[in-house]
Amino acid sequence: MRDSFIADLRPGEITPREVYESRRQFLGRALNGALLMGSGVMGWGAREAQAGVKLQGIRKGAITLKEPLTPLKDVTTYNNFYEFGTDKSDPAQNAHTLKTRPWTLSVEGAVKNPRTFDMDTLLKLAPLEERVYRMRCVEGWSMIIPWVGYSLSELIKRVDPTSSARYVEFISLSDIVQMPQMKHGSLDWPYMEGLRMDEAAHPLTLLCLGLYGEVLPNQNGAPVRLVVPWKYGFKSGKSLVKIRFVEKQPTTTWMRAVPEEYGFYSNVNPAVDHPRWSQAKERRIGEFGKRPTLPFNGYADQVASLYAGMDLAKFF
Amino acid sequence: MGFEVRVSEHAIARFKIAAVALATWPCARLIWLATQGGLGANPIEYITRSTGWWTLAFLMITLSITPLRRLLGWPWLARLRRTVGLCAFAYALMHFVIYLWLDQFFDFAAITKDIIKRPFITVGFTAFLLLIPLAVTSTNAMVCRLGGRRWQQLHRCVYAIAVLGVLHYWWLVKKDLREPILFALLLTLLLGARILRVNRAASAAPNTE
Repeated sequence: MRDSFIADLRPGEITPREVYESRRQFLGRALNGALLMGSGVMGWGAREAQAGVKLQGIRKGAITLKEPLTPLKDVTTYNNFYEFGTDKSDPAQNAHTLKTRPWTLSVEGAVKNPRTFDMDTLLKLAPLEERVYRMRCVEGWSMIIPWVGYSLSELIKRVDPTSSARYVEFISLSDIVQMPQMKHGSLDWPYMEGLRMDEAAHPLTLLCLGLYGEVLPNQNGAPVRLVVPWKYGFKSGKSLVKIRFVEKQPTTTWMRAVPEEYGFYSNVNPAVDHPRWSQAKERRIGEFGKRPTLPFNGYADQVASLYAGMDLAKFF
Repeated sequence: MGFEVRVSEHAIARFKIAAVALATWPCARLIWLATQGGLGANPIEYITRSTGWWTLAFLMITLSITPLRRLLGWPWLARLRRTVGLCAFAYALMHFVIYLWLDQFFDFAAITKDIIKRPFITVGFTAFLLLIPLAVTSTNAMVCRLGGRRWQQLHRCVYAIAVLGVLHYWWLVKKDLREPILFALLLTLLLGARILRVNRAASAAPNTE
């Protein structure tokens, strides 16, 4: 089932390796410098967890796009990660205080086999794939990002949800020491997102451990995050510490913060405007003009059936 | 209150030039950053935000001139008010042109819809429209033509413009209201000082009659 789904996707071109490698040469140099400085005090295990370290054994995923990749520099310097500040440039400056090893992700709730995974286990749980996805922010900009990870369904099947597991909650780290900008209280912490069970189990839903072939940079949600490419970016929780299977639809952080503006589903939809701005178009980072936003961010063929019969203006 | 500072016409002209020179700094910085690739991943958003922020900043400086003049007893400060006000207009104009051109690409159907449907754009656009007659009537010749009293009445529009401008900023942010709140507090202080003075003058009036 899963394989036939992947085969359905139109194969495209990934930006050639040489191109993206040259794009990030300058950054690599900076990261190497940082690694060398740190190597005196950190053991090998700690260094392995650092951004910029290559992830081994990545398969080229069948899920890819024809669109050119957003440069690594833009992907890692233009982020919404409010635990590290609300300016898009804040996370890149502040997220160095995040300690990504040791790290555990506990999976609990309506499951027969609750487990706590450490990072080594998560990295080996299933073969790592490179998946090139569109990322559409609710603010009206978008990127093309080569994520690394595997379908969340790989993790779901290992914990064996019970029949009462109808929704899944994703809880991000909430630690004022590692995330000092949290004290500005821009949102209620911890950051919590949610999916319906069938959305969480959909093969496109990615448990993400890296990007551009390397360990996730802290500002992009290290060491483990979610990527749900047909929903606005804020649905994809970063720096996850807990996944909980529940019976009732969760009230997510943004739903609590501004209920009239952010719904549970938050599927990318050019026909349903944000109350304060239009969602019809988007600015692809690196492009001058704007391009039309696609229903379900261009993944309608794969996911529209999940919402058959639903009024998407009501369930926004 | 304060101490008398006599300032020559020559010095005022220099102050005006200095004010304009300082006011070009944020714009020059944007141009410099643009040539260095320093505007970040979303340069158009960056320059939109920046020109909007400086419009508000110059409006606040304009509105602080009169209270400062009274507080310090420096009547000549009033002579700089129109210059700084024009700087606010210059940034508002840049902000508006960036929106028309780089955000909407002169798609006037979409722009009209935006102005009608989006309250934050409605108030921002209104503030910009109100600024135009003030900018147009900022020359000495215009002050004479309108007459001091009528000119002053017209230019009281700046209070509404500043309120609309802060509201525009307040309504556009996604969640973090810290900066809009700072502007709102500053504006409350600046307008509050005027209201207090008017009230005091009104209550003092019967005694003098």
